[in-house]
Order: sequence, then C-alpha cells, then structure tokens
Amino acid sequence: MQLSLEGISKKVGPQAWLYEMSLAPKPGAVTVLLGATQAGKTSLMRIMAGLDVPTQGRVRVDGVDVVGQPVRERNVAMVYQQFINYPSLKVRDNIASPLKLSGEKNIEQRVTELARKLHIEMFLDRYPAELSGGQQQRVALARALAKAAPLMLLDEPLVNLDYKLREELREELGALFAAGDSTVIYATTEPGEALLLGGYTAVLDAGELLQYGPTAEVFHRPQSLRVARAFSDPPMNLAAGRIVPGGVQLNAGPLLALALPASPLAQPEVTAGLRASALHLQANPGDVALDGQVELAEISGSDTFVHVATAIGEVVAQLTGVHYFELGTPLTLYLDPAQVYVFDAAGALLLAPQYRGLRSAGGLS
Amino acid sequence: MARITLDLAHAYRPNPQQDSDYALLPLKMEFADGGAYALLGPSGCGKTTMLNIMSGLLVPSTGTVLFDGRDVTRATPQERNIAQVFQFPVIYDTMTVAENLAFPLRNRKVPQAQIDKRVGEIAEMLEMSGQLNQRAANLAADAKQKISLGRGLVRPDVSAVLFDEPLTVIDPHLKWQLRRKLKQIHRELKLTLIYVTHDQVEALTFAEQVVVMTRGRAVQVGSADALFERPSHTFVGNFIGSPGMNFLQAKVSDGALLVADLRLPLLRALPDGELKLGVRPEYVRLAQPQDTGALPCLVTKLQDVGTHVMLTATVLGQAVKAKLATDAALPAIGDIAWLQVLGTHTCFYKNEEIVA
Amino acid sequence: MSMTTKPVNQKAWFLILPVLICVAFSAIVPLMTVVNYSVQDIISPERRVFVGTEWFVAVMRDEELHAALLRQLTFSLSVLAVELPLGILLALSMPADGWKASVVLVIVSLSLLIPWNVVGTIWQIFGRSDIGLLGATLQWLGIDYSYTGNAAHAWLTVLVMDVWHWTPLVALLGYAGLRSIPDAYYQAARIDGASKFAVFRYIQLPKMRGVLMIGVLLRFMDSFMIYTEPFVLTGGGPGNATTFLSQFLTQKAVGQFDLGPAAAFSLIYFLIILLLCFILYNWMQRVGTQEKEGGQ
Repeated sequence: MQLSLEGISKKVGPQAWLYEMSLAPKPGAVTVLLGATQAGKTSLMRIMAGLDVPTQGRVRVDGVDVVGQPVRERNVAMVYQQFINYPSLKVRDNIASPLKLSGEKNIEQRVTELARKLHIEMFLDRYPAELSGGQQQRVALARALAKAAPLMLLDEPLVNLDYKLREELREELGALFAAGDSTVIYATTEPGEALLLGGYTAVLDAGELLQYGPTAEVFHRPQSLRVARAFSDPPMNLAAGRIVPGGVQLNAGPLLALALPASPLAQPEVTAGLRASALHLQANPGDVALDGQVELAEISGSDTFVHVATAIGEVVAQLTGVHYFELGTPLTLYLDPAQVYVFDAAGALLLAPQYRGLRSAGGLS
Repeated sequence: MARITLDLAHAYRPNPQQDSDYALLPLKMEFADGGAYALLGPSGCGKTTMLNIMSGLLVPSTGTVLFDGRDVTRATPQERNIAQVFQFPVIYDTMTVAENLAFPLRNRKVPQAQIDKRVGEIAEMLEMSGQLNQRAANLAADAKQKISLGRGLVRPDVSAVLFDEPLTVIDPHLKWQLRRKLKQIHRELKLTLIYVTHDQVEALTFAEQVVVMTRGRAVQVGSADALFERPSHTFVGNFIGSPGMNFLQAKVSDGALLVADLRLPLLRALPDGELKLGVRPEYVRLAQPQDTGALPCLVTKLQDVGTHVMLTATVLGQAVKAKLATDAALPAIGDIAWLQVLGTHTCFYKNEEIVA
Repeated sequence: MSMTTKPVNQKAWFLILPVLICVAFSAIVPLMTVVNYSVQDIISPERRVFVGTEWFVAVMRDEELHAALLRQLTFSLSVLAVELPLGILLALSMPADGWKASVVLVIVSLSLLIPWNVVGTIWQIFGRSDIGLLGATLQWLGIDYSYTGNAAHAWLTVLVMDVWHWTPLVALLGYAGLRSIPDAYYQAARIDGASKFAVFRYIQLPKMRGVLMIGVLLRFMDSFMIYTEPFVLTGGGPGNATTFLSQFLTQKAVGQFDLGPAAAFSLIYFLIILLLCFILYNWMQRVGTQEKEGGQ
C-alpha cells in the first residue's frame, strides 16, 4: 500500500509541531524516522496512523484521501515504547485479539506460529505482567504482526530495553520486516539503530523533515549541516573556514586541498565537517596534520574516543583499538582532506567524500 | 571521599536454599577511595540492589558494608553522607535551580553566605551558572539531571556519588556532553563514583574498573581493556562489545582442533574435549581460501553501518559476524567467504570459563 | 475484507434508541418546559401571559435571593476551607499498600455510600438533646445546644455534617495522587536530608496538585447545589438561617407556586453553576498543561 503525506503540517495553538512536509515512504520497506526527542517523530506517526488530523495537507493511502477516516477504520498496527498489552488477557489472547476481530479461521495455529517467531511460545499461558520488559515487548510485537496490517508503526519500541536485548531484538525485527511485506515506519533517536536497520531514513529536526532517502545515502551524503548533525554518533566535528583557491582554509587551522565546484558563491564562508572516525594517528600520504592536546580519552571496548583541544576547536576522534592517553599530552591527529564534508554559509552541502555504496555485486541488505 | 568495602549477600527470603533465592550471591568487593566504578549487567542482575545496599536504601539480608572501615550496614543514607542520581531527573518542581542546589545545605542549617558560594561553584562546574534563577521544572531532561547531580555534589564532604542509570532519558548527542562532564568532575573532585548501567559504552567510557554482573553474581571485575581482550566468562564476551563475541563450537582431540568440521592448527596448549572458540567481530578478517585458521562461511547479510561494514555469515549453522572496513574488497551475499578466526585475540572457553 | 477498512457494525445505534428516548423525556423536555415557564406569567392554568425577561430582572433584584446567595457562598467556602486540609491530612495518614490499605480505604469510603437523605436523618437524630449521642453529650457538658433554635448551632451542625459526609472524597483523591509519586522522589529527599514537612511541602503537595484541583471543583459544585442534607436536618431553619440557594428555589417554586420567577431563577442558577464550572475547569487545564510541560 502506498502511503503518501502531501504538504502536511501540524499546529497546536500557536506552536508548530510539524512544519509543512511531504513524505511518501517506500511501500514494503522500512523507513526510519530519525531525530532527537521532540523532533516531531511521534506527531508524524500519529498523523500517519490516523490518530491525529493534520492542520493542513492531505494523507493518501493508495491515492485515496483518508484524512477524515478515524484510525479504527484504517488497517494500521502500532507498537509503543511502553510495552502496551491487554493486562487482563493472557499472552495467547493478546496475540489472538486482532485475529478474532478480523474473523480469522486458524487462530490457534497463527498464534503459535507468531509466538514461535518471537521466541515467546513458552509464555503463551501467562499474563503480560508476569513477563520481563523484553518479553512484554515481544508480545506487543506479535500482536502487531498478527494484524498483518499493510502499515506498521513502531515508536522507539526498544528504548526501554537493555542494550544487549535491544541488539538482539533489532536483529530479529530486521529479519521479520524483511520477511513481511508491510510498510514499516520505525522511530528512533539513535543514528546507529537507523544504520543497522537499513532501508530508508527520514531525518527530522525541530518539526521539519530535512532529508529522506536510502539510509546509507543519507548518512554519507547529508544534504545540510543539520542532517549531518542529527545523523552522527559521535557528533560530527565542525570547523569554520573560507573557500580559497585550492580548497578550504580553516580559520586558525590548516588548508584542506579540495576540488570544490567551480560556481562562485555569494559568501566564501563555509563549515567543514569531519566525522570522528576520519581522524587517525597514522599519517598517510596527503594527510593534513592537526596538533592538539588530549583533554579526555574514553575507552569503549573496541574503540577509543579521544577529545583533543586543537586550534580549530575541540575535536573528537574515534580510534580503533584501546589507547591510553595521559591528560594534557600533546597529540597529532591526521585527516585525509578527501573525507571532509563542506557546507556553505547557509548550511547546504557543497562537497561530500566519495561514496560508491558497498562495493559488491550483491549490494546492501 | 570514602573507601567502600562490601562483604555480603542478599536473599529474597530468610532461608535461601539455592542460587535463585538470592538477589545477590555472596560477594566480597572493595571500591577504592576516589575511584570510578561501573556496575554493568542486564536487567535483573542485581546491580541496582547492590547500589541501594551501598546507599543505605536497602539493608542486606546478611553481611556488612564498611565506609573507610566504619560499619554502616544499618546506617541511613544521610548518615553515610552519600549522594544518589536516579534514572529520571528528581528535582523539586516548585523551586528554582539555585534553590534546588541549595536544598541539602539548607537542611543542614549551613549559613546562607556559604550556601551561595557553594551553589555558585557547583553551578560553574556544571555549566549552569546562567540558569540559576530559572524554575527547575521548565528545563530539559539533561539540565534536570545535572541539577540532580549538583544536589549531590554540593555537599563538600559527600562520601560517594552513586548513579542509577542516569542517562536513560537523555538524547544520544547530549549523552556525550554529560559523560564528559562526569569525567571532568571525577578528575576535579576525586570523588568515589559508582555508576550502574546496562549500557556497556557508558560503563566502559566512564569507569576505571567495571564489575560485570549477571543473575546476582559478579562475573568479572576489570578495566575496559581486560574485559574486551580477555573476557573470563562467555557472558562477558557476549555482553561487552557491540555486537558481542562470536562463539563457535570446537573440539580438541588427538592433538587437533576441530571447528565446524575443519581441522585447524593447535597454536597453543588447549585441554581436550568440547570447547567454545570465542573471537570478536573486530578481529575476524577476510582471508584467502584455505588460509590457516580460516573457515569457509556463507555470507548472509552485509550492512553499511557508517564507519564500517558488518558482515554476517554462517558456517554449519553457526553465525559469525565480522566488522570490516568500508573500503575492503567485500564478498557478495550468497558467496562463500573465508574468515580468519584464529589469532592472538581468540579465546577458548570450557564450561563457559576461559581456559586459553 | 478490504485491506484498508475494518468491518463496521451499525446495529449498536438501535440498542441505544430506548435510552435516547428516556433521556429526551426525562431531561430535555422538562428543561424546555422550564424555559417556557420562565418567560410567562402563569396567573392560572388557563391564563398565561408572555412577559419576556421580566421575571429574570425581578429575580436578579430580589433581596431575599441576594441573602440566600451570600449564605450559599459562605457555606461553600467554609466547606472547602475545612474539607481540603482535613482530606489531605487523612490521605497522608492512610497506609500505602497491603491489606491494611484495603481495609482503611473501605472504612474511609463508608460515609460516601450513605444516601443523602439518610445522612440528614442520621445527624438529625444524632443532634437531638433527648435521644441523640451528640446532643445528649453536649447537654451533659453544659452547652445549651439546639440546632433547631440557635442559628449558629444550626450552621455548625450542617457544616460538620457535610464535612463528615464528603471529606473522604477529598481524602481518596489525595490518596490517589500520593500513590502516583515515584519512590525515587522520597529516596532523593531522604538523601538530601529533608524533614517530613519539607517532603510534604516540596514533593507531595506539588504532585497532588492535579487531583486536588479536581477535588476543589467537585466539592465546590456539589456544595453549591446542596439540598437534601440541610433540608432533612434543619428544614432551612431556624428562620432562613440555613436556607441555601436550592432550597430557596424550591420554596419559591413549590411553596409559593410562583412558577415564573422560580423557572427564571432555576435557569440563572444553572448558568451560574455552568460559569463557575467553566472557570474552575479552565484554571485546572492551565495548571495541568504547566505541570505537563514542566514535568518533561
């Protein structure tokens, strides 16, 4: 089913919760809504589900305008962050409830099948309150899947779960989504989660839709500074600079030799963006050096995040491996100018590192 | 600033018979004065119970808690002079930021001039000096958590600061800032800090020593490095690292190592019998066919995770994941790729405990 | 079944029809009748004259009405002044959980379950100096207590009766509000070294604000419309010392058979209550949104 939001916006009193935007999530695929809390993800999902009416604009399902249609009449499944289940029904009946409403014949069989898919078949005769958080969320997911709705909305469903549980469920969800043919909309605040789920990503910030496209593409080619900021973890290092013949001259920093588009700009001021993973300790030919002092070193098992105070400001570098640094030691980081993102004075993307997609015949998952 | 010594157990009922009756199995642990520690584990592992026993909100069913050698097992949190920061910000809605920070000192009848000075210092440290006169209720979640933290730090003689998953409600990019702030505070004030979390990144970046717990048991205590390179238990191998360690069934017999029906060289002394081979995805490399220590695996998934590529493959029904660089020559889905699993970072486990 | 619609059942509307008819006859039609009477002078069942807003004007100018209104306001405010703090105190002393909580909840709610005219009758007998426990005790203590003869005594008795009857409502609302406070707040307060009073003032009271607003709204409205209890207890006396607005209205309509003014007055009464309701409700909403925004 093709869902399309055309020019919708949402105002509540004097406040604009969603600025005018149009979005047509790819049918049958996963679309991740990525943004900070209060960015408008939940408001957008509510409009998609029919729980809210947009102040302006049309919502169409397969070309038919459904704005006035209440959510009860639309075929939508929704999963929330708070493990919502019917507390007085057993797990079995919870999963069966949408099947009963739709008059399905083999309810028992479907329930067992779904429970097995989500690894909760041993809990079928228990009440949700007796299960752990992760198990309760699996029940909610099974119920949503039982509905087999063409549109499935998940509002940060894993945020209240443990880190490891989140990893596990995320993988299982990825497999479940790929196996089904519903259009899935998944809201999250973590860029890492968007990347792991793949599919498409819509980046939201303060009620505005900034960019929509295949996830890897949005990540590697953010159209604006705001998208780059929203879609990076750790935060992208930003430095002010000017366009000069030959590249970008960073204020108080080195010259980055870059081939910029020839058209002259109104203002030569630009912002250079560099991801933490683009900085390294080893100098490769053509690299630019950045001297500084170590302010903080954070070790996270496989990587070390070093906060270095340099002439261009404070910079975070993600180094592979475990490195111990004494605070205050001088450190030189190297960066390849080809890895730099350049944004113009208004924040629009001027230049991004080359991205050719995963170089394999099979392509991405 | 205090040294905390624990020698206790906590059971759900008076006569515990088996392990499942215990919330915390008998343990002995010491937290050095001024150290930063993390209690890391999944929900239900007992980390919050341990924290509450240390703070005085819970009395252990058996055993003692010592602060600098003084028995405080039955003492209240006030008497122990600890500070605790909870999962969601706990602030007094009707007060301003300054009044919130001043509250613990006012309750102790400290003179107003001293209170103002101390509040000013702490606000400066937390970068909240400009918001002192704002109503605390209207601030964002991370500012409120800073206030919660500030209330704990404002007492000059606080013995330890205990954190119970404090960054749960904070946005990812603000988490970075708060973590940095915590480390700076630790460096400046040299307080004993104990941090409970289920997020390994938070635990490893924050703490000097991490206590990994599961089901009431402290499985391993060590630095981030040690936990990553040589996890002493398969649980630690799986829990630390995102994704966790790959585990493959292995068997040693007649001086040969059999993994997935392939004979691999025995590079170090291993006990006979059924073993588990553990290797982290960070150390799995693409190899040429028939290389020593490599296994032929069927590639099932390739994910572009921004900074690297995650390859998922199966070998005889067992999954193997590899973290590869984005510019590596990648196989396609459905290909057979040879993955190098034997190396200096590979660990071997027997009955879930490390043997080599 | 189509992919985008769920099966819809219209049969439910037929099941509601009987109820709709009943409500129409018992509420809407009588209301229209009242409006009808309020704009007519009914000299006799056959002779009716349309007088427009004359009754409304006369009612607004009526001195007796002003007095009754004043009495009513004093009563409602006194009731709130006593029941609110008392209810909060009661809520604070009730146990939080366990079997004791259930027992206490039941005991506390008992007075809410008694039919209102029975409440009046209970206190009527209770206050009698010959057979009532209260009356006899006060008599024995030397106080010349008579709720039929002494206006002040009558007022006090009506007030105490209302407090006895309705404080549990405020207590229950406050109790619900208290239960919703997460434990972490109390723990943090303990760690901060706060006294019990500080905990009350800075944690419990602010967090109970929402439910207490509801309590204020309910109690004010109910006491403004009070009829049965004071009527059964004192009959409005002595004189008109305890004649509150609704009784005043009834006297006018039924006693004096002045249907026109009575109808006009009842409409005005209805509008006054609606207005007060609206004001209080909006105030509650504003406080509610402030809390929600602040609480994030």
